[in-house]
Amino acid sequence: MAGEAGAVWVVAETNADGSLAKSSSEVATLARALADEAGTTAAGIVVAADPAPAAKELASYVPRVLTVGEPKADGNAWAQVAAQRAAAILAPESPTVVLTGAGPDGRDVAGTLAALLDRPVLVNATAVAWEHGPSVEMSVFGGKLVTTSAFADGEWGIVTVRPNVVTAEPAGSTGKIESVKPGGELELPVVKVVERIEAAAAALPIEEARIIVAGGRGVGGEDGFKLVQEIADQLGGAVGATRAAVDSGWIPYAQQIGQTGKIVKPQLYLALGISGAIQHKVGMQTAGTIIGVNRDPDAPIAEFADLVVVGDLFEVGKALLEALRARS
Amino acid sequence: MRIVVLTKPVPDPAAAAEKLTSDGRLDRAASPAVINGNDEYVLEAALKLVEAHGGEVTLVSMAPPNAVETMRKGLAMGAHRGVLITDPALVGSDQASTIAVLVAALKELEYDLVLAGFDTSDGVGGVVGAAVATKLKLPYLSSAARIEPDPGKGTVRVRRISATGFDVLEAPIPALIVGTQLLGEPRYPSLKGIMAARSKEIATRSVADLGLDAHAVGGGASRTKVTGQRKPPAREATKVVRGTPEEGASAIVELLAARRLI
Repeated sequence: MAGEAGAVWVVAETNADGSLAKSSSEVATLARALADEAGTTAAGIVVAADPAPAAKELASYVPRVLTVGEPKADGNAWAQVAAQRAAAILAPESPTVVLTGAGPDGRDVAGTLAALLDRPVLVNATAVAWEHGPSVEMSVFGGKLVTTSAFADGEWGIVTVRPNVVTAEPAGSTGKIESVKPGGELELPVVKVVERIEAAAAALPIEEARIIVAGGRGVGGEDGFKLVQEIADQLGGAVGATRAAVDSGWIPYAQQIGQTGKIVKPQLYLALGISGAIQHKVGMQTAGTIIGVNRDPDAPIAEFADLVVVGDLFEVGKALLEALRARS
Repeated sequence: MRIVVLTKPVPDPAAAAEKLTSDGRLDRAASPAVINGNDEYVLEAALKLVEAHGGEVTLVSMAPPNAVETMRKGLAMGAHRGVLITDPALVGSDQASTIAVLVAALKELEYDLVLAGFDTSDGVGGVVGAAVATKLKLPYLSSAARIEPDPGKGTVRVRRISATGFDVLEAPIPALIVGTQLLGEPRYPSLKGIMAARSKEIATRSVADLGLDAHAVGGGASRTKVTGQRKPPAREATKVVRGTPEEGASAIVELLAARRLI
């Protein structure tokens, strides 16, 4: 294999239909920018039963894409299969750094690569700059502090990148795609997928949403969430929720924001009937603009929102919906 | 069914007192410690599994010596014993050290399942479970919403959260499973549980006990370093609007328009 010493590598994820995951297009955009700063090139790896569709998309972001057609990537838990094939490609290289997404699959790939290649990991990057090496910015303690971290001298490592912190931008030119034969048996146990269960999912994953309209206990039930959904639809956003609303069964866990749910960074966070307790706040306080609608003017959200409207969330919500519709 | 639950004492997020030391490490003295939230969900799942299938739950933590107190809460919930890996040499450990220590600790134990939480509220990395499974060549099942072992068949099924719903995964036992909040609300310790926990064993192990080289772990061996810390830009003062619903709505619309969000 041609040596791509020093490249910034991306291990890409695919969607169920074989297309490139949105988070991977963001990570690839970041890889290209970082490679430019470091004076090197960016390269991507796609491991799938049929890597062609995602590879074609990835080649619009980075100048070189290696694909591994791995039948076992389908019908089995994907991340560890993919990480083993990616590790085989990366082992003889001296990458500048390897980037993955910070979602469930990206984390599994990163953890597996770290163990296979004996490399350090930096997690949940919100930005990566070049200062004699990758300088990784992270938001820690629920957004209270921003740290920068680096790998120790002479080390290269793996960085997981948060969704929605980079805007995906294709390069001006299309990259070269090379197919790599999967070499040898997979050493790690293969975990079978015996059934796939389709669940009613939100049209837009909340990690990727530019606008989130979220509801808490105050929304009162599934019916109440219809109004939250209508406002989200009108704004072109996604619906989020607090753990209390999820625990009550009003909305799926996939939409929970906070300490044991998702961490999001939308441009707008509209919180309806959400007090802003710390467990929720840590999942959303880095949002661009935060607006709360709450009966209680002393709710914690009043300490960190840009605007708090004191009032009944249904009355204000309906008036807001009308006002938004009147504008469109 | 022998289940090991990896638990991490973390700064209590509710206290919101987390800070870093001047050399960029988590200041563990600055905050009261609690069991990591996601670890409580997998502990609850483990307790339900041994109630259904028989067996024992062992907690494993790598933490400062005072973690005995946090582990005691897990024992009060119903875990049977604890193993605390604690050593001054471990201060400042990065993920690689944590992984090496947990791997060494697990090699000394017998188990059918190892459970870990989706991530920790202090590090939020979520990569340690996959790395430990990889090092031990254990089947790895992650993002678990449900765990269903079949001891007769020697397999375990996990309902894994996927982008479009759930994937049902199946693997032979022993296996390592990373679980989520969907496993169910953790129980509160009962008074009886709290009393019983006092006499339960917490074995402490040092780096040397695990056969590891003290220079190969901890801050000195760390291959990542914190190079800077700063407060995020302060948010502007909150504007509070009281009035009719229509006035509230128009205040929102004005702000959205001013910031080009609509």
